[in-house]
Amino acid sequence: MSIALDSSQPAPQRALAGLARGQARVEFEVIASLAPKGARVLDVGCGDGALLQLLQRTKGVTGRGLEISQAGVNACVAKGLSVIQGDADRDLAHFPDGAFDLVILSDTIQQVRYPRRVLEELARIAERAIVSFPNFGHIGVRWRLLTRGRMPNTEALPVRWCDTENLHLCTVRDFAELVDEMNLKIETAVPISGGRPGAPFAKNLWRANWFAEEAVFLLAKR
Amino acid sequence: MIQTVSPAKWSASGGVRKIEFGADQPLLLASGARIAPLTIAFETYGQLNADKSNAILVCHALTGDQFVASPNPMTGRPAWWPRIVGPGLPIDTNRFFVICPNVLGGCMGTTGPSSLAPHGAPYGLTFPAFTVADMVRAQAMLLEALGVHSLFCVIGGSIGGMQALQWAAAYPKRVFACAAIATAARHSAQNIAFYEVGRQAIMADPDWRGGAYQVAGVRPVKGLAVARMAAHITYLSETSLRRKFDRRLQDREAVSFGFDADFQVESYLRHQGQSFVDRFDANSYLYITRAVDYFDLAADFGGSLTQAFKDATTRFCVFSFSSDWHYPPADNREIVRALIAAGCDASYVEVQTDKGHDAFLLEEHAFEQALTGFIDSAAAARGLPLP
Repeated sequence: MSIALDSSQPAPQRALAGLARGQARVEFEVIASLAPKGARVLDVGCGDGALLQLLQRTKGVTGRGLEISQAGVNACVAKGLSVIQGDADRDLAHFPDGAFDLVILSDTIQQVRYPRRVLEELARIAERAIVSFPNFGHIGVRWRLLTRGRMPNTEALPVRWCDTENLHLCTVRDFAELVDEMNLKIETAVPISGGRPGAPFAKNLWRANWFAEEAVFLLAKR
Repeated sequence: MIQTVSPAKWSASGGVRKIEFGADQPLLLASGARIAPLTIAFETYGQLNADKSNAILVCHALTGDQFVASPNPMTGRPAWWPRIVGPGLPIDTNRFFVICPNVLGGCMGTTGPSSLAPHGAPYGLTFPAFTVADMVRAQAMLLEALGVHSLFCVIGGSIGGMQALQWAAAYPKRVFACAAIATAARHSAQNIAFYEVGRQAIMADPDWRGGAYQVAGVRPVKGLAVARMAAHITYLSETSLRRKFDRRLQDREAVSFGFDADFQVESYLRHQGQSFVDRFDANSYLYITRAVDYFDLAADFGGSLTQAFKDATTRFCVFSFSSDWHYPPADNREIVRALIAAGCDASYVEVQTDKGHDAFLLEEHAFEQALTGFIDSAAAARGLPLP
């Protein structure tokens, strides 16, 4: 998989920089299952707009996107999606309070410069937020780190440490802790492993923290 | 707001189509002055469909003209947007009815300072100062006369983009889609400064004669050429100047130790200035640049740009070019921020290029691709045919 070092890289590769293509599709389906029908949705880091299209088709949402790459924005605009070329770290501040019912940060939080600030913006902009990321607490990651003593490459983390765009990798527990600190609550969360969604969880994190390659969280204000 | 236009007179001569609004239909200006009679020169391409839903208004830039997709019969210059407007192009004249008027105060047939005033002599400096909003009001008069009551899309680059934004703000219910390219919601201090250099150059030319050069049978060509040269630099980028010319010498092996055009970039700018004076009127340049200086869309809406777009159901797409320092990405992002805050359906595309402001007129694939996507998706939403 090639690595997007600049915004001229093709969007799908950027959107999937953190995980394999099949995994992304499953993740999108999980996100779609959590999204309310007819919601006003902002997809932050929307890539080529595949998730927004899925949400429009299956949930009749009014979708907007924010995307950093030129190719991604072009692909979105060509699909008739309304997408702003911009940076989650910088441009979320311009969206008005409560402008959306749902804001989505799909496989992006580990790539932003200031995850806490971005989460704060999400909570300001929308009633609910869906955040997904590759779980660094997964048993395969732990095993590789333990046995080889090197940064793990897994299906969810396919890119070498020096080439990845991931800046802030975290575990399910780390994320849940931050959510709690920020006065947000986990309404539900869905683990994804082996290309399949698992049983939803909200409070009991240990199983997901060991066995989810990817986790999708639905957050709300407490 | 829109005046009745029934007795307007249509004409076409020398390949220039015009409509004339009589003394009973004056154009009322923001300054309180009025212009009557008012002639608007325009060009159209393609056919208006039966339910009149496929009209696209193209607003030209400072020194552009109505000949967006065909050669200008007066100057012999080719179409100015040949990659964007035409059959099978992003603005597909097989599917859309394209209208491009010469801007108010211009010099390609629309009433401007070089036109004859009602008393018979050229207006010169007696022409009333006007604004971008006035340009748009004049365009609205033309569209009413053409039977076009709503626009599928209004599009423009540079000050054409200002007109497009003004359209969406002034007539939110009549604009389905708006593409604003390499533009700004307010003219910056730097741009006012560059325009002022140009105006001072024109007015310092002895042949300007206080604006009454037509009566004297002369033209301030030297001043106008300098104005164009200064402005033209702002349409390029440092990188493109370096790539095109660097410090290369013009037809010589060594510098001349004089003030001849030793460098290619000098020669190029002199050529730009010279060719400009043949096709443009100096007073038009003064008036139009002034209108653009005065442009501050938010000012008409209590100082809030967001308020300007509050009622818009229009689909917007704003385009900027990374190396544009005339209307830099920051100026365009300001528009986008207001659109977001107003809850508008808006997209923003920032094209990476070293071609500077003029990139929107040149071959720029990412821009063309995004514009095509925007137009076609809007066409689908409007129930218009796709290619």
